[in-house]
Amino acid sequence: MSELPSALLARYAGATVSDYLQILKPRVMSLVVFTGFVGLVVAPGHLHPVLAAIAVLCIAVGAGASGAINMWYDRDIDAVMRRTATRPLPAGRMMPGEALGFGVVLAVGSVVVMGLAVNWAAAALLALTIVFYVFVYTIWLKRRTPQNIVIGGAAGALPPLIGWAAVTGDIGWGAVALFAIIFFWTPPHFWALSLYRAGEYAAAGIPMLPVVAGPRETKRQMLLYTLMLWPASLAPWLLGLAGPVYAGAVAALSLAFTGAAIRVWHDDTDRSARQMFAFSLLYLFLIFSLLLVGHIGGGAR
Amino acid sequence: MAGEDRSQRERAMRARNRALAAVLVALVALFYVIAIVRLGGG
Repeated sequence: MSELPSALLARYAGATVSDYLQILKPRVMSLVVFTGFVGLVVAPGHLHPVLAAIAVLCIAVGAGASGAINMWYDRDIDAVMRRTATRPLPAGRMMPGEALGFGVVLAVGSVVVMGLAVNWAAAALLALTIVFYVFVYTIWLKRRTPQNIVIGGAAGALPPLIGWAAVTGDIGWGAVALFAIIFFWTPPHFWALSLYRAGEYAAAGIPMLPVVAGPRETKRQMLLYTLMLWPASLAPWLLGLAGPVYAGAVAALSLAFTGAAIRVWHDDTDRSARQMFAFSLLYLFLIFSLLLVGHIGGGAR
Repeated sequence: MAGEDRSQRERAMRARNRALAAVLVALVALFYVIAIVRLGGG
């Protein structure tokens, strides 16, 4: 190894194992894995526990692959934004080709393993999620329209469908309800963040809603989406996927989320937007936790 | 200084090689488990 030319060493030995893990976006991955797991648990039917674990692993690896390819494509704008400037690619610790190759290998591997081990419906949905996130959101929409995270949010909403399809081999109305919860949750979640990061998004040339339409319009749309989230989050109860405890808790959580959007509307500082962003993560985690606990407890239906 | 950089790079490379070996062993185990479960009608 020590005989390798120093230029070659300098080029290929920079990225550490930690850098490879970082480009998988582990924090995003954890939310994707959790929602996918809930989809798998609440779906009607039975899947061998080992195959269920493999399905969750494939969802995690597929999400990581999407993150790696996203970091490869967005390395120029990541370098401009303070929040992302220390990532391995903009910081110069990893070569772009390494990230792209790593992402593509993981993407193909996760889809093939899902197909061989579980079923090809779940594999097709996983492939659709990766393709949608990379081509529709990252490459097409993100730099072109303030609706980027509305349409692109569909990619983040698909994991429960993958989990559901892993068990049933198709998509049921319950799975569509889980998809709708994340789909309508995504815009207020990301716009809360972009309200207090608008300067960085503008510098990077990303047309987030606060940059293009201003904070007032963003706050109005955040409030509208929190209202549209009400029927979506109650849908699992209406469909018999969850019980009255879920309905009551979700009503309280949705009231708090709508209240957060109203506070953001009346607040000219960043404080309420920061609080709403933090609460949005808790909101989604609690909704899916309630579904999970209700189902495991057996009193959901 | 250059020697220190080189040693640091070599350490990173060794860590990556070990991680890759672990991933390959895990993949072999994964395909073995998938085969057993699928053949068992799981």
